[in-house]
Amino acid sequence: MAEAFLSMKNISKRYVGVQALDSVDFEISKGEIHCLVGENGSGKSTLIKIISGAVKPDDGSYIEVDGEHFYAYQAIDSIRKGIEVIYQDLSLFPNLTVAENISLSQIIGEGKRFINWKDIQDIAQRAMARIGVDIPLDVLVGDISIADQQLVAICRALTRDVRLVIMDEPTASLTRKEVDALFAVVKDLQSKGIATLFVSHKLDEVLQIAERVSILRDGHMLGVFPAQDLDDEKLTLLMTGKKVEYTEYTLQEQDGEVLLEVRNLSKRGNFKDVSFELHRGEILGITGLLGSGRTELALSLFGVNPADSGEILLQDRPVRIGSVQQAMRLGIGYVPEDRLMQGLVMEQSVGKNTVLTVLRKLLNGFGLIDRRQVRRSINNWVEQLSIKIPSVDAPVQTLSGGNQQRVVLAKWIATEPQVLILDGPTVGIDVAAKRAIHDSIRDLARQGIGIIVISDEVPEVFHNCNRIIVMRKGRFVAEFDVAQVAEDEIQTCVYAAG
Amino acid sequence: MKKLLARHETYVLLAIILFSAIITSVNPSFLTLENLFDLLRSYSMMGIFAVGVLIVLISGGIDISFTAVATVAAYAMTVISINYGGNMLTAFLIASVIGIALGLINAVVIYFFNIPSIITTIATLNVYYGLLTVVSGGKWIYALPDWFRSFSDIKVFTLSSGEGVGYGLSLVTVIWFVIVALAWVLLRYTLLGRGLYAMGGNVASARRAGFNLFFLHVFVYCFMGLMAGIGGVVQVLLVQTMAPNSMVGKELDVIAAVVLGGASLAGGTGTLFGTLLGVALIAILSNGLTLMRVPSFWYNVFIGLVIIVSVGFSAYRRKSKERRAIAVEVE
Amino acid sequence: MYRRHSETVILILAMVGAFLLMWILNGTHFVQIDNFQSMAFQLPELGLLSLAMMVTMLTGGINLSIIASANLSGIITAMILTYYMNPEAGGGVSWGVIVLAICAGLLVSALIGLLNGFLVATVDISPILATLGTMILVNGLAIVLTKGYVISGLPDPVRFVGNGLVLGIPMPMIVFIACAALMALILNRTPTGVNIHMLGSNPTACFFAGVNNPAVLIKTYLLSGVYAGIAAIVMISRFNSAKADYGESYLLMTVLASVLGGTSASGGFGRVSGLVIALIILQMVSSGLNLIGVSNFLTIAIWGMIIILVMVVNYLTDQYQRRRQTT
Repeated sequence: MAEAFLSMKNISKRYVGVQALDSVDFEISKGEIHCLVGENGSGKSTLIKIISGAVKPDDGSYIEVDGEHFYAYQAIDSIRKGIEVIYQDLSLFPNLTVAENISLSQIIGEGKRFINWKDIQDIAQRAMARIGVDIPLDVLVGDISIADQQLVAICRALTRDVRLVIMDEPTASLTRKEVDALFAVVKDLQSKGIATLFVSHKLDEVLQIAERVSILRDGHMLGVFPAQDLDDEKLTLLMTGKKVEYTEYTLQEQDGEVLLEVRNLSKRGNFKDVSFELHRGEILGITGLLGSGRTELALSLFGVNPADSGEILLQDRPVRIGSVQQAMRLGIGYVPEDRLMQGLVMEQSVGKNTVLTVLRKLLNGFGLIDRRQVRRSINNWVEQLSIKIPSVDAPVQTLSGGNQQRVVLAKWIATEPQVLILDGPTVGIDVAAKRAIHDSIRDLARQGIGIIVISDEVPEVFHNCNRIIVMRKGRFVAEFDVAQVAEDEIQTCVYAAG
Repeated sequence: MKKLLARHETYVLLAIILFSAIITSVNPSFLTLENLFDLLRSYSMMGIFAVGVLIVLISGGIDISFTAVATVAAYAMTVISINYGGNMLTAFLIASVIGIALGLINAVVIYFFNIPSIITTIATLNVYYGLLTVVSGGKWIYALPDWFRSFSDIKVFTLSSGEGVGYGLSLVTVIWFVIVALAWVLLRYTLLGRGLYAMGGNVASARRAGFNLFFLHVFVYCFMGLMAGIGGVVQVLLVQTMAPNSMVGKELDVIAAVVLGGASLAGGTGTLFGTLLGVALIAILSNGLTLMRVPSFWYNVFIGLVIIVSVGFSAYRRKSKERRAIAVEVE
Repeated sequence: MYRRHSETVILILAMVGAFLLMWILNGTHFVQIDNFQSMAFQLPELGLLSLAMMVTMLTGGINLSIIASANLSGIITAMILTYYMNPEAGGGVSWGVIVLAICAGLLVSALIGLLNGFLVATVDISPILATLGTMILVNGLAIVLTKGYVISGLPDPVRFVGNGLVLGIPMPMIVFIACAALMALILNRTPTGVNIHMLGSNPTACFFAGVNNPAVLIKTYLLSGVYAGIAAIVMISRFNSAKADYGESYLLMTVLASVLGGTSASGGFGRVSGLVIALIILQMVSSGLNLIGVSNFLTIAIWGMIIILVMVVNYLTDQYQRRRQTT
């Protein structure tokens, strides 16, 4: 049994009205690669904050780090013991150089008042050398890629005598190659006796790198499992307590009319020679790894990223989609992956968000907004999509992820689209709510709308689409008829090397 | 070379050279030492204010109350000096203390009550200036002590022009340059200075990294207050009169100069060199228009155009940089 | 939503409080018709300019050039009027000229608004910098046109706008009420109005919802310019003259009035009703203090303190509400 670096027992944390954590035991061995998984609201972030000393657990807790038992564990203790947290936003300074970003925390920690530029360079060099990374030191962090920024954040963690690195959702915006590079660095850290704790919801990646997995559900620690004993299904079951029931979706007998046809669509640096058809009432899935050009393609169809060459035909008529307004006029809608920034105006009300796309349709004879019509419209959507809201005027940010996504759907359904593209429609949404979104999508298809679902979760597209197209490096590489293929085949295709 | 072209300061420098060339060709007395020393002296006040504004902008905030702070500080300094005597040292001391105190009020309101710095400083501008005008009655004070007058005449070295009139680098300008030098050391070689850039770049990260945000806030606004105090004394030195309404109203000109020099209103960027160039550009434009006998009422039109063109150009450069985004690796 | 309600309540309380305070300080003088009328003459200038400021703040921006625009606009109108019509010369009232002059003035401020909109929306300059540039430029043009002198001597119909009474109500107040109502209508009942609010909160999401962001911004600054132009008419009418640097202290007051009235400095939220209440408070305090002989400057200082006080109270109530929500 490997020696424990961090040992926590009976950790509880109660906030007013909410038991965030309940008698949780948690342990990481020296040099171990460990993953912490759990749904939103499972208590993951609270646990991390307790580990880093930012939050104090309730009485009765036991915390031991590297053999030292703490009665009143504080942030300064965790830093002293070598625990570093890299939050999802990386906490870097985009306007400072790579060298400064890496070295400043050490300088602060040493209590120095003056800056010696040579020191800054040396500290940064040494940190980068430890993991064999080579990023130019004088470049501003705001000018380098996200993957490189992540490496800079890790280097920063390494400037102190770190023994445990905690990474919160590190792979969220990395391509496959970049994820592999990151994992190589993590393995390298391991060889130096540095443990890594991943907090992630990307189950397949979790299983790829982790040795052991701790699963939190509703504030309870379900247990610690060796990664090799787990698979996607078991993990999901444990995380949610529910088996995800996918029911098959069959294409109803529609006229099968071709709604949208794309021929040899290309855009330099984004995708090349893409051709496909979308039929009325069909759900077409587009999958592929991050960086395969899926979102770029969708944005082309939506007018954000117009293509350089190729043809787009809507109901046999050639069209040019040069702007979002044009796309909407043609009856194309887009539900973006980034709900926070692109999908909704978070601080404004549910009502305003819902009608934002169709304001011009809700005017009365004088050209003013018809309040009654608006209210009727909003109530209609809220009911149809079963959106749970305290009131129509409540800011959207007070809703749960699933309900927020339903508001986005409502906003687009209101435009009466012919084609609806959904990019990552269930990202960041709890499993139970996912099901509801999928049901809504199927409903829309039944009404005759052509749907394109873009997702990197193969099970999602497999269980909800009629056909699936796989993209890799900007090109279509395969098309599958869901009824005639097994899920594994698609997985293999997606993950196959170029 | 490419690195030079990427920097905002390069373009400002080019503009300065261009304008200088045009002005000199029309009126050769522009490029004389006498004229340049005079310009340096006249713009010392703006230059000192600009250093303070730069520090505030770098930290991500903004302060438009400094002219009012300067007026209050200078007024107090004048009244005390006249009625109780003293010397230049006490004058600067009084003004500095008052400036720092008023700046502290700004810092506290902004930090503890989370009120946007623009709103706070608009309010304090009015509070400070309003109260001052009530106390001073708006009267101008002419009868300054002799030591005050003679200080403003001190020159570091003297040369004489053809007519036997002496001119030289004014001590007031030297004060400005010393301040710039100290600010440079602060920004470049102290943790505090880097902390200002950090705070302006990403406040949350700065907090996590362990910077003491309260202390940084206090420093920034008190420093601005200090600059305001010193600048106020310099203003009185330059015109040998305490005119309470002479500085208020010029805040935006100073901010314009600092922004022309490359500082961003969003925070996190800006250099002293750029700020000096910005002030120089404004100074040269104004002086140039006078020397070229352009009627003074065209002054604002030119300054306004320069600002619009300069800022528009910066925006254009920023947008084309963003357009070269990372693309997908297509095979 | 819940926050907005408490803000309005605080405002109304402040208004009542200010009224009572001024009454106490002034005795019966304060509650006489004369006084209310006099306040109703003074408020509209600041009010129209504040509306011009508020609409740009809703989009997360600001318009530093409104005073300069108003001045230039007023100067153009006054120049045309005095050139073609001279009251002393006994010339008749030529309505054609009056209409021409007013239209010319409005056109000028509208054009400045378009320029601002173009700089902010298309060239993508920060609003503070763009409007700072236009402010200085426009101010310069005003100085060039007037050479620093005052243009005075306006015909009676024009003077009526700023000084006349209709059924006991000052004419400028009628203009202001009409314009405030119009602004409220635009902001609450038109697609552009909704877009203005949403854009102020999150331009990216608006873009993805098909909103034409540049168009909305240009309309915003155009509207702001037009309102500055309307303010100009009232201003030159009341002063019976036009000058390049009237009302410079107004600029900051418009920002303060907007913020006091609940307009968020970062955009997205703000109501005309709140602005109007804030203006009433500021006007009452100003008039009340004036009546007891307090100097203008002290009044301005007090305004500054009121703003800070109100924002501090808002902050504290926010904190209190937030703490209550987690229970």
